[in-house]
Amino acid sequence: MDEILEILEKDARVSVEEMARMLKRKPAEIRKKIAQYEKDGIIIAYKAVINRELVKDKNAEVRAIIEVNLVPQKDLGFDKIAERIYAFPEVSGCFLVSGTYDLLVFVRGRDLNSVARFVAEKLSPMEHVRGVVSHFLLKKYKEDGVMLKQKEEDKRIAISY
Amino acid sequence: MKNFVSHKVEIMQPSGIRAFFDLVLGMKDVISLGVGEPDFVTPWEIREAGITSLEQGFTSYTSNKGLVKLRLEINHYLKNNYGLDYSPEDEILVTVGVSEAVDLVLRAIIDPGDKVLIPSPSYVSYAPMTELAGGAAVKIDTLKDDFKLTPANLERHIDNKTKALILNYPCNPTGVSYTRRELEALKKVIVKHKILAICDEIYCDLTYDFAHTPFPSLKGAGDYVLYLNGFSKSYAMTGWRVAYACGPKDIISAMTKIHQYTIMCVSITSQMAACEALHTGRNSVDRMKREYRRRREFIVGGLNRIGLKCHMPQGAFYAFPSIKKSGLNCLDFARKLLNEEKVAVVPGTAFGPELTDYVRISYASSFDNLKEALLRMENFLERNKK
Repeated sequence: MDEILEILEKDARVSVEEMARMLKRKPAEIRKKIAQYEKDGIIIAYKAVINRELVKDKNAEVRAIIEVNLVPQKDLGFDKIAERIYAFPEVSGCFLVSGTYDLLVFVRGRDLNSVARFVAEKLSPMEHVRGVVSHFLLKKYKEDGVMLKQKEEDKRIAISY
Repeated sequence: MKNFVSHKVEIMQPSGIRAFFDLVLGMKDVISLGVGEPDFVTPWEIREAGITSLEQGFTSYTSNKGLVKLRLEINHYLKNNYGLDYSPEDEILVTVGVSEAVDLVLRAIIDPGDKVLIPSPSYVSYAPMTELAGGAAVKIDTLKDDFKLTPANLERHIDNKTKALILNYPCNPTGVSYTRRELEALKKVIVKHKILAICDEIYCDLTYDFAHTPFPSLKGAGDYVLYLNGFSKSYAMTGWRVAYACGPKDIISAMTKIHQYTIMCVSITSQMAACEALHTGRNSVDRMKREYRRRREFIVGGLNRIGLKCHMPQGAFYAFPSIKKSGLNCLDFARKLLNEEKVAVVPGTAFGPELTDYVRISYASSFDNLKEALLRMENFLERNKK
């Protein structure tokens, strides 16, 4: 993978000028590359990873992972029906997977009720959906390669040979 | 009170900058560019192997030379990466860091009065260890050759009492390393004068501009090289204290004699973890190396921009800039920089008394730290213009 992507994936705030110095390339060249990555959809978005458990917010949210069994449609496979599912704003992630079910759907809602309602009223009754199993998330340990614990302190002694 | 300390130890140079180190350790919220070890923790798969070995009850001594399994892994690693073939049976010794290996080999080869050549700047332990073993440490000044040992400079220092040369590349503190061609030229001098090259190649995996060439891989060098390497820098395993020495049977056997009485063996947990490092840890090495290289470009570019002239180090994670611009000597520079900007660096004199115009800057520190430290140093220089 291009080192530009490696750097941005770890810290998207590193500036073009800083990257140019790190990689010994011209800023213009880096800027062009990034623009191309954005255009090609390789870089999709820049966002902060937030530990929501620490956010004091009355509008806290509930997350669930839902296994969905589908009946494939002739000539369309799963794509069409998947699209109808992931278009819902409640859906934050959607994957076609191998194994005992077909779609793995990540759902967010204001509270338990709203997620349950989405599953019962929107998802389950859909045509081609054969069955669903819901798992409500209780605690998040790691997400997108980031471990959600207090920042690790530097354990090295401050000066050594 | 009676003084029990031997004369030999009493005259050993205490590290001239101990007081400065204590100052750093006593201060809070310092950005330290003075750390001589990776800022990564040991990769999880390696730590996990250490934990598993404890769970399984591996808590005993191992053979003096080290676990057979580890010596086999070392043999494979050196064969696959460099085409070296040291026999796990009698040409490899597992030691408590390269530091122990340096001590062992010096004690194993030195008779009273033997001379050991040490290119300066050098790592701090070589000269004191030589003297403790009864030898004479002969410094070779490399300042005018951009910190590189040249064959002519080496040959100039050899006489009939010269027994060995300690060659550390990539070098702590300068980051200097050598191409195959440069090493070939040094080898000719070593073989011609039949001296032992003690090669501390602990930073070998952190070589950025060309492939690292181990000294024993040079044709005809084998009998004249003691090769030292370890896990501390490549796998971020400094605290595990595990390294190895490879070389001619008679030297390894002599070193093993001393090792068996002083150390007995390296901790088995560390040896088991080291096996795992050689087995699966290579991915982490490449990831760390890419990260260090990016920081190197950033910090060396930055130092030169703010007027601290600095060669591009070819390896390790140190920059060794001249601080002449500040008009201060290195110890005053380091002290003032610490007090005024809370940035710690190591004064050059730690690595040789003549290096008063230099400091060692370690870039084994997060990018954010390096960025902030550069800003602070720039402010500092602005205020302390000569």
